[in-house]
Amino acid sequence: MATALTPTPARTGGGRAKSALLTGALLLPASIWYLFLLVLPMGFVVAFSFGEKARNGGYTPAFTLDNYGQVMKGADPFLESLKLATAGTFLTLLVALPLAYFLATRAGSRKGLFVLLLVIPFWTSFLIRTYSWLIVLGRGNLGGFIGGLLGDPNFRLLGTPGAILLGLVYGYLPLMIFPLYVTLERMDRSLIEASKDLGAGRWATFRQITLPIALPGLVTGSILVFIPMMGEYVIPQILGYGRTFLIGNALVLDFLEARNWPLGSAKAVVLIATMLITISVYVWFVNRGRQARGVGVLGARPP
Amino acid sequence: MTTSLTPDAATASLAGSAGARAVARATTGVADETTPDVEIVDVTKRFGAVTAVDRMRLSISRGEFYSLLGPSGCGKTTTLRMIAGFEQPTEGEIFLDGKPIAGIPPYRRNVNTVFQHYALFPHMDVARNVGYGLRQRKVAKVEEARRVGEALALVRLAGYERRRTWEMSGGQQQRVALARALVNHPTVLLLDEPLGALDLKLRKEMQLELKALQREVGITFVYVTHDQEEALTMSDVIVVMRDGRIQQQGDPTELYECPTNRFVADFLGSSNFIAATVEGVDASSRTATVRSDRGLVLRGTVTDPAAAIAAGDAVTVATRPERLEVRPDDGAAPGAAPGWTELAGRIRQGTYLGDHSEYRVVTDLAGELIVRRQNTVGAGSALGGGPGDPVVVRWHETANLILVG
Repeated sequence: MATALTPTPARTGGGRAKSALLTGALLLPASIWYLFLLVLPMGFVVAFSFGEKARNGGYTPAFTLDNYGQVMKGADPFLESLKLATAGTFLTLLVALPLAYFLATRAGSRKGLFVLLLVIPFWTSFLIRTYSWLIVLGRGNLGGFIGGLLGDPNFRLLGTPGAILLGLVYGYLPLMIFPLYVTLERMDRSLIEASKDLGAGRWATFRQITLPIALPGLVTGSILVFIPMMGEYVIPQILGYGRTFLIGNALVLDFLEARNWPLGSAKAVVLIATMLITISVYVWFVNRGRQARGVGVLGARPP
Repeated sequence: MTTSLTPDAATASLAGSAGARAVARATTGVADETTPDVEIVDVTKRFGAVTAVDRMRLSISRGEFYSLLGPSGCGKTTTLRMIAGFEQPTEGEIFLDGKPIAGIPPYRRNVNTVFQHYALFPHMDVARNVGYGLRQRKVAKVEEARRVGEALALVRLAGYERRRTWEMSGGQQQRVALARALVNHPTVLLLDEPLGALDLKLRKEMQLELKALQREVGITFVYVTHDQEEALTMSDVIVVMRDGRIQQQGDPTELYECPTNRFVADFLGSSNFIAATVEGVDASSRTATVRSDRGLVLRGTVTDPAAAIAAGDAVTVATRPERLEVRPDDGAAPGAAPGWTELAGRIRQGTYLGDHSEYRVVTDLAGELIVRRQNTVGAGSALGGGPGDPVVVRWHETANLILVG
């Protein structure tokens, strides 16, 4: 017995060292990537935000809070972006939830086909897809048609917040559908039967069982959609004719046209802070009471 | 064996409260005591071209433990799902408490189900799971807490209210599922192979406990299983099904001792089958004399009271392995006592199985016979020797069951 056991600890020790090495090797490429392309640039942005604009534009080292003061005075682009991203996320959810539910529970053998149909548009460039909406919504087509129905020859779809919202929902829909679909798909169908068996009707079952269980997917999807919508620049530029002045427009203006890097950096820092706060509040709100029961969203142990 | 164990010990250990008992009595006392709880009248269920349940007729009496037993695909689960309301019969009618329930959705039927994999809600703790049905019926919070506590005590999980279900063992989850169903005082409790996921020891324990619990609450249980031992252990009535049809129903003793067809004799326990032709029938004692294809003459009981047999009919003689005796062939002339059949044969295989040993003996007149021998004196019970050794097999004619077809 003893002789047989002796080599084991040595082997385990060697194995442990090897396994640590492997863990390091697995994490190395991503660590380098994140360090140089995320952490370091973020550090520059934060540092720049306290600096001053050089005479010919760009950045001069200094320490001032003026940039932040200026950002606070002109908070409108933030509010505009926040409004648009919130509305866009909500609308995307409204469209995605029923579709994901259908895919997960009722599509049957056609499931694969539907998922394929959802993915196909992604094989085309995002820009091309957005530009094609110009044609669809233009005066010659949908815009003119709705204008005709309303009897208003001056009616326009393009260049309005409505067109931007439509573009946003269209562009980010799959990012909401897939996390929802995966959680709903994974859900044990007998839970729904159990709920009905215990006296809950369709709606009561959806509210008390399906929705809470799909919540992690819903939160993931909302965050995936909300973040890029906050910083969205291309869609409002193309479908909104750039008429709505969003945080994206403000950043482009500061960095590329006014060449006021410190002010742009301060705006970027505020944008990141706004998103972190919004998402934290959102996750906290969703998690009320759930965390205590061990079924919280994000970071909780899954059932 | 488990079948002979009385569940008294389990009953005594159950933390059944007087309150639960009183409520159970109230539940069973609603309608006339003689109305069956569930009546299935000529029900057929088809899924496309497949007939899952075929013209089924079954009356389930109040307060009894019914088991639907059969191999997978025999229609037992479909039957259960039709009672629960998850499936609608293609033809026929189901009555619950004397009232037809066609078109009534599951959530309006006073029936609850314990699902195969429990189907506990992962985002709720034990108390919220158990109280789910009560909350749907808008039972007051205080009342809900009281009844949940009572139901948990009934399944011996008092104090587990705040536990997360997915941290519990399979056996505990099983009890939560039971409590969640029983707390609603259903007319009928449906159980869909609920012990399938548990290990053998726990399963046996739960069988006795379930039976004791059923006696205690007095609610009608309809239990679906493919495990014959489970059915024998718990049931008041076993309904054996095959290909959507009921093969036979009766209490465990009746079914095991008097199977009316070959399928039941084979599915419930095991049997030796000998093909034979009827030579003579004694109608008064329901016995018959038959001659096997190899010329062995046997007398036995005709088990199916509805069977009309006459000389010349082909029948099957079934004998249970434990009714056969085997001994080493000592060379003495096989002079059988009246009523006994003695056959010389050779062991093909002997298997030691702990509590008993099983021998496959090849005989000239009856082909291969399985003989089971209880190891009452431990390993000393073994026959000794090995394959090819000559032995004598004997059994009494009361062991012969004559099955038609």
